[in-house]
Amino acid sequence: MLNRQGRPTAAGDAGSNEHPTFTGNKALAQVEPLIFEIGRTDVTGVDLDEPASFTPRLGGQERKDAINLPGLSEPEAMRHYVRLSQMNYGIDTGLFPLGSCTMKHNARLNERMARLPGFSDAHPLQPVSTAQGALELMKELAHYLMTLTGTKAVSLSPKAGAHGELCGMMAIKAAIEAKGEGKTRNVVLVPESAHGTNPATAALIGFVVKPVPARDDGWVHVDDVKKLLGPDVAAIMLTNPNTCGLFEPQVVEIAKALHDAGAYFYCDGANFNAIVGKAKPGDLGIDAMHINLHKTFSTPHGGGGPGAGPVVLSERLSPFAPVPFVRESKSGLELVEHESDAAEKPFGRMTAFHGQMGMYVRALAYMLSHGADGMKQASEDAVLNANYIRAGLSDLLSLPFGDKPCMHEVLFDDAWLKDTGVTTLDFAKAMIDEGYHPMTMYFPLVVHGAMLIEPTESESKSSLDLFIATLRDLALAATSSSNDKSRFTGAPYHSPRRRLDETRAARAPVLKWTPPAPIADAAE
Amino acid sequence: MTTRYTKDHEYVRVEGDAGIVGISDYAQSQLGDVVFVELPALGKTLAKGAEAAVVESVKAASEVYAPVSGEVLEVNSLLEDAPGTVNEDPAGRGWFLKLRITNPSELDGLLTEEQYNEFVKSIS
Repeated sequence: MLNRQGRPTAAGDAGSNEHPTFTGNKALAQVEPLIFEIGRTDVTGVDLDEPASFTPRLGGQERKDAINLPGLSEPEAMRHYVRLSQMNYGIDTGLFPLGSCTMKHNARLNERMARLPGFSDAHPLQPVSTAQGALELMKELAHYLMTLTGTKAVSLSPKAGAHGELCGMMAIKAAIEAKGEGKTRNVVLVPESAHGTNPATAALIGFVVKPVPARDDGWVHVDDVKKLLGPDVAAIMLTNPNTCGLFEPQVVEIAKALHDAGAYFYCDGANFNAIVGKAKPGDLGIDAMHINLHKTFSTPHGGGGPGAGPVVLSERLSPFAPVPFVRESKSGLELVEHESDAAEKPFGRMTAFHGQMGMYVRALAYMLSHGADGMKQASEDAVLNANYIRAGLSDLLSLPFGDKPCMHEVLFDDAWLKDTGVTTLDFAKAMIDEGYHPMTMYFPLVVHGAMLIEPTESESKSSLDLFIATLRDLALAATSSSNDKSRFTGAPYHSPRRRLDETRAARAPVLKWTPPAPIADAAE
Repeated sequence: MTTRYTKDHEYVRVEGDAGIVGISDYAQSQLGDVVFVELPALGKTLAKGAEAAVVESVKAASEVYAPVSGEVLEVNSLLEDAPGTVNEDPAGRGWFLKLRITNPSELDGLLTEEQYNEFVKSIS
């Protein structure tokens, strides 16, 4: 499929700053060099004794050259990382409307619980008898995840959403192979609006991906799925609520059609945060679903990790849940580490150890502090907030699927920007100047110039009002008859870096710091 | 010299029993700056509609499908080092691959330039 989102990728006419400073700093916004550029190899922040003479036991494999790590004093190291952190924008800084990502507040209570020494100092190799509290926490978290989703089994170990997808699809593959259909059922259906990880996951374990075409209403239709079903179809990977921010009204019929055809229903649980306490995916007929603890259960998104993407499984798939898992035994709780120790048929294991303890603690702290009623209200507030933004902007921006209620995120397209000379990308860059992290742009791919806004339940009405007012001001400026659109085409003006050249970054990436050539010694 | 188009925005320019395959000017404009092109192995047999190549822009990766069935005779290795050629000259130096067309009658089902231009007008 050709992606027709119409996103410009060059830097445009983003110019230089009008009042350059001597240092390059902009008042408190400091320019920060790389740590290799600050550090010197002859400086160190620690005072360690020279090691006594010893004989290496690495058989001559040990490194003999200097490793050239930059040396910094403690204040230098401190300033470097604090300055970098000040350039960052996070949920602790302001509203972070990144659709599909669920950038909700990470409650400080979660952090406090995660720092209890019994959890934070636990080691995966310590005797199980000394980690009973940690195992109990895992058992309780598993219980609540199954309760909230209406499912029979859960694997806690996957490290993130996409890893959870892989885990769920491997369970489906194991179930198909157990039925002797491993060779014949090799097709996975994926709607065109899906997250890109879905087809990637299916392809990674050898399935052939067939797209379910998008419709004008943003929904997946059971008739379209039925047309593709056959003895070769292993599963569908469907996101619900979907990436257009809409609940799939035919999800139960789709599940039934799949099961009647001997196929399984993988649900991408990225948007589970919209329906916690309102609907149980198990009741909708799903067989496997990952849960992004960092979305739905407020654990940190953490710069690439550590994350956790537990997978819940239906009764049909539960026998194939991977090891390890917590089980009760005569001597207390135990971790079942080996497939041969399990009563059922685990398909293997996803991780070396049991997963991300720190995330389990935070997620359970979120669940217990909110309670069933609180989690339900969080879902309702997330949906209400998204609809408040939809209602506040729908007269200026354009809704690709008509003015109907959305779930936890609202999707606009760029039809309203047609012939203005302003693109979705320009609009997003202008939001940076206003102090907002942009929304998700150009995703889902089925909508031209997509702007996917997810405010989450964390935002107050006054916060949403200011956000809506800002976007209205930008939208009026973008659509005004004035020909000067430099507020957009040149944006951002006030960020530490102006608009970045994504094309050059992709075509000629600089992935490694290279020391500058030594300055020639003038005396010689 | 005939050129035919698909609704997926590939073109095939017929030269004797061979066809030069690439993507349309509209396609390159929608993709944005192309940063990577993956081309098929020489001699590979492609069915009509099969994935022939992958084109990646800063935004996303897209498949290029074979507009007609055929065997890969040649690929444009220039694109490996200079993927931006697809943006600069999609109909010329930015071609992707050359096929030996195995079933010329498949060409009849494709769009003429005029029909394709109408189609682009209808979706943009």
